[in-house]
Amino acid sequence: MTAIFKKEFRSYFRSVTGFVFVAFFLLVFGLYTSVICFSQASSHFEYIYYNSGFVFLIAVPILTMRSIAEERRQKTDQLLYSLPISTAQIVVGKYLAMLAVYAIPVAISCLYPLLLKPYDPSGYVSYVAVFSAVAAFLLLGAALIAIGMFMSSLTENQIISALLSFGAMLLCYLMSSLTQYLPSASGATMVGFAVLILALAVIVWVITKNSTAAWILFVVLEIPVIIISFVNPTLLEGALPAMFDTLSVFDRFYSFANGVFDLKAVVYFVTVAVLFNFFTVQSVEKRRWS
Amino acid sequence: MIEVKNLVKQYGDHRAVDDLSFTVKQGQIYGFLGPNGAGKSTTMNIITGCLAATSGDVLIDGHDIYKDARKAKASIGYLPEQPPLYPDMTPQEYLDFVGELKGLKKGNRAEAVSAAMEKTGLLDVKDRLIKNLSKGYKQRVGLAQAILGDPQIIILDEPTVGLDPAQIIEIRNVIKSLAPQHTVIFSSHILSEVSEICSQILIISGGKLIAEDTPDNLESHFVAEPVLHITVGGDAQTLTQVLSAVEGIESFEVSETREDGSTDAVITAQKGSDVKASLSKALAENGCYVLRLEESKASLEDVFMELISEAPAEAAAQTPQAQEPLEVDAQALLDGTMPSAYDAHAAFDAPENHEEGEEQDDDGDL
Repeated sequence: MTAIFKKEFRSYFRSVTGFVFVAFFLLVFGLYTSVICFSQASSHFEYIYYNSGFVFLIAVPILTMRSIAEERRQKTDQLLYSLPISTAQIVVGKYLAMLAVYAIPVAISCLYPLLLKPYDPSGYVSYVAVFSAVAAFLLLGAALIAIGMFMSSLTENQIISALLSFGAMLLCYLMSSLTQYLPSASGATMVGFAVLILALAVIVWVITKNSTAAWILFVVLEIPVIIISFVNPTLLEGALPAMFDTLSVFDRFYSFANGVFDLKAVVYFVTVAVLFNFFTVQSVEKRRWS
Repeated sequence: MIEVKNLVKQYGDHRAVDDLSFTVKQGQIYGFLGPNGAGKSTTMNIITGCLAATSGDVLIDGHDIYKDARKAKASIGYLPEQPPLYPDMTPQEYLDFVGELKGLKKGNRAEAVSAAMEKTGLLDVKDRLIKNLSKGYKQRVGLAQAILGDPQIIILDEPTVGLDPAQIIEIRNVIKSLAPQHTVIFSSHILSEVSEICSQILIISGGKLIAEDTPDNLESHFVAEPVLHITVGGDAQTLTQVLSAVEGIESFEVSETREDGSTDAVITAQKGSDVKASLSKALAENGCYVLRLEESKASLEDVFMELISEAPAEAAAQTPQAQEPLEVDAQALLDGTMPSAYDAHAAFDAPENHEEGEEQDDDGDL
């Protein structure tokens, strides 16, 4: 695993990718530092991270697009399969390397409030708030990078991989505003769930090419929804927006930017990261069985 | 060493490997021979754990390649059809990386890496980026990766494809030098290569094992009565008389005398007898000087052709068909004025030429 980590980390700085990624984050951090902290004379360094969230939309696809897709295209995945290491070690090694690259600009940005400390004699800056925001920003990035890596494992084309992860980032970014437009009445919720379950069944069918499994999944998930909608329709009210709200990864981060340390969000980010690492392992493993 | 039992790989409706079973013994070089699409690469990918079989077992030194993957893979070095290289690394870095993944400890690793580079002749280019290396050198880096750390089993998928003749000889020498310390399996569709290097040949066609033996046994198994083709200066009548008198001739066929006074004959000798000496002596005594004397023997090539045309593989069926026009061509030349030795040579070479031509558009083997 350490071998994979070292090799991946080095390769980011062999090409321009790593430098572009780091520079992009630093540019945005610098921009917001000067705008928020200098021009507007705010003591809230955590706002920098709050405003920088959009960077992920572009930065994560840049970082993750080649991670698994390129191994496939170059057929180097055959080398990794034939070596005495597990798929999980390969995936986690790659993931940690991306995380390390991502940690560089975030670590540099931590210096800004520290460097400016002599100019803040009355102690307006709350370092607890700043560093809990930094921690949350790191975790948010960790979750998003895991999603991006999974997208990269779905294709052998870097461009498609980049587009897929950009789409996923965009969805995560806009989810909280989109959920406002979802219907919350019980009837509409039932229909909404039916569509979702159907979509899930179709995905299962496409991946496994097993129509029986897809039908069983559809029926098993659909029956409870129908039963609930007849027995206790009030349970369904507002369930659709609530469910989609759990998918809005970015939203979890904003409470940190407002100075609240949200343990639930920490658990959420870690869960997303672990889950998508797991999915990536499955996706890479699946290729051997196809 | 390696046990393959009832291996099956199904791709949708297509059965790439069909109930394949064989055993590989230690310290020998095995050649996997077969036309394109015969399932060679698929089989190798399954043996090395790169691909999962639909059913069947692969045991490496008693370890199952799926259930006990780590132990099984630790004793295998594999060079896939396309060498799995990272273009932005140097051979030195690349081999160091692979060595670390193979579990070589830091002290031994540097030694193992330089040993592998020395064996494959990479020391001159060890600090150049792999993407700037020529195809031959890339292949060598792939080979170095496979032999790195001295795994007991080395599996090479068409290691000499696309190399120039000098490089092919070099790579063959490296492969030869690996036995008997290592067990080597390598695939090829170049027959001369397989018969030269291997101690054991496995012929695969349509996903099935159709023959397994040593090169010599395979050849002798298929040798029929020796057939002689002669051209003499003399008319058909004299030739017929002379031939009837020579002992050891099973049958013969004399063609019509040409305008220049020469006559052809095809002679089938009795099995196990060598009539060449007595034949030429008898001909000379009767004033028929020999213009040409050729013996056709079943070569490995004929064995291969015969075996794969028996197998009901679509891919295999193409080979004899394509050979026909070439044979007709050679026949036309024989009747004409061209020196006959040249014609026979052309006809003999035809199948191999065809094989090599075909490999150009072959990527879909996997």
